[in-house]
Amino acid sequence: MNMTQTRPAADAIAKDGRGKFPKHKLEELRGRGYVMFCVLLLIVIIFSIVYFIASRGLTPFASQGVSVGEMLGGLKWAPEADTPRFGALPFLFGSFATSLLAAIIAAPLGICAAIFMTEMMPKVGKNILQPAIELLAGVPSVVYGFVGLSVIVPFLRDIFPGQGVGILAGGIVLSVMILPTITTVATDALRSLPAGLKEGSYALGATRWQTISRLVIPTTLPSLMTGVVLGIARAFGEALAVQMVIGNAPHIPHSLTQSAATLTSIITLSMGNTTSGSLHNNALWSLALILLIMTFLFVFVVRMLERRVKHA
Amino acid sequence: MKAKSVDRIMTGVIVGIGFLIIALLAALLGYLLIRGVGHISWHFLTSPPESIRAGGGIGPQLFNSLFLLVLTMIITVPLGLGAGIYMSEYAKQNRLTAFIRLIVEVLSSFPSIVVGLFGLLVIVNRFGLGLSLMSGALALTVFNLPLMVRITEQALRAVPREQKEAGLALGLSRWRTITTVMLPISLPAIVTGTILAAGRVFGEAAALLFTAGMSSPRLDFTDWNPLHHTSPLNPFRPAETLAVHIWKINSEGLAPDAAQIAAGASAVLIITVLLFNLGARWLGRVLYRKLTAGR
Repeated sequence: MNMTQTRPAADAIAKDGRGKFPKHKLEELRGRGYVMFCVLLLIVIIFSIVYFIASRGLTPFASQGVSVGEMLGGLKWAPEADTPRFGALPFLFGSFATSLLAAIIAAPLGICAAIFMTEMMPKVGKNILQPAIELLAGVPSVVYGFVGLSVIVPFLRDIFPGQGVGILAGGIVLSVMILPTITTVATDALRSLPAGLKEGSYALGATRWQTISRLVIPTTLPSLMTGVVLGIARAFGEALAVQMVIGNAPHIPHSLTQSAATLTSIITLSMGNTTSGSLHNNALWSLALILLIMTFLFVFVVRMLERRVKHA
Repeated sequence: MKAKSVDRIMTGVIVGIGFLIIALLAALLGYLLIRGVGHISWHFLTSPPESIRAGGGIGPQLFNSLFLLVLTMIITVPLGLGAGIYMSEYAKQNRLTAFIRLIVEVLSSFPSIVVGLFGLLVIVNRFGLGLSLMSGALALTVFNLPLMVRITEQALRAVPREQKEAGLALGLSRWRTITTVMLPISLPAIVTGTILAAGRVFGEAAALLFTAGMSSPRLDFTDWNPLHHTSPLNPFRPAETLAVHIWKINSEGLAPDAAQIAAGASAVLIITVLLFNLGARWLGRVLYRKLTAGR
């Protein structure tokens, strides 16, 4: 490699190697100390996130008389009423509905895109589709929200009764956002499939589609599912893009094009308008805690799927 | 012959979907640029926003975004490099390492709004930094650190083993080998990844709502003393970034030309992200050529 860079190091060792505590040992110790500090910081950060959000999020249940059952199963969210109600089911429903809808739209598209790139037209895939997907991944979420608000919502308003906002609009916006995640994971999975398997199938006289549908997809299914779960996780936690197109009405909608709300949208909207320590404010922290727990759940599911990939 | 016609149909469907996605992206980009670029002018990029009148710009927001990006990267890069070096070079194959890996994975999948709330609770309130650029930069550091760790770890792992062993065989300490032999080799990959991560910071909004704030006090662009209140360089002032601004005018914008401003600001954001993307690839290639003595 680069001689000018390594020589001072060698000199330093030659000069200080005789000392009681050689310089190179000191620098090794210093470097190791620094990287340990960085890792320790990571650990401290994650534990403090969990601790602080949990301590605030559990307060309504512990000392302010809200029951866990009401929070998870209640239909009415009226935190400022005379008898405040904290039913978060509409938000849970909204979050699950938008992210599942997004996955239902994006998963087939993403997996087809991956098949397109690996099995059908690798050149077009590598030169056009892959950069396009990477770019899509880099588009900021507020820009997706803006496009959703100025294109998708008016479009839906023309077709369906109502304002155009709601779970369908949210799901469509989120599906474009999670498409890169699903596509990238699926592409990696398909690329890592041993060529011998496919060649064996072709040698038996199978067509390309027979090979894909009966061999490639079943073998890589756990990896494909990993991508889909990662996409759902991303959609579940997305805040602003969804908030802009969902309509923000705190009830379970009767149709996909009726105004609704998600966990993230209600937090975004209300957190700034409540005073710290009030019951309303603490209830919002409980919603944040639910988001946190869902994240752990998603990571757990991804790990389970990855274990299946390794065993297969 | 049935299998063959099914094969043909499905091939057509998948190729169609492939081109559909390409068309979708082209339409998205085209829409943003066509709607927005017309509104971009020197005046738009440099003048402050108007709350109820038309003709406002995005000057302070653009500056805030860039300044926040620099602040965040100054904090994130050294920490991310350190933790990445640990994960790739010092971590042993044991339960502790597996646990740290899990932590990095969990941290990278936290929703950005949760990171923002954590920032509000701990950095803004407990540390008393208030709604400020510094709080925003720290929250974004939390948000970006796992990505930076992964980039560094992968880049260092890709260094050929012989290069590392040659360094160690010369009697260099492990730390010296890492900093003088391995890091220069992995630099192109690290730089490319860092720039892409920076693009993510530039467009992030949810984590900033409650940390950097949604207001931008009047800035005096002739006063560059970081200690002054109205100085743009003061890291302890509240600052609305471009992404937050787009969200705000879309949800509560009162100016008559709010839609155009949102379109213009979105176009600026998209163009910047595009530049980051192209810049990352270009710089990665240039560095690779310089540092590896390749063609």
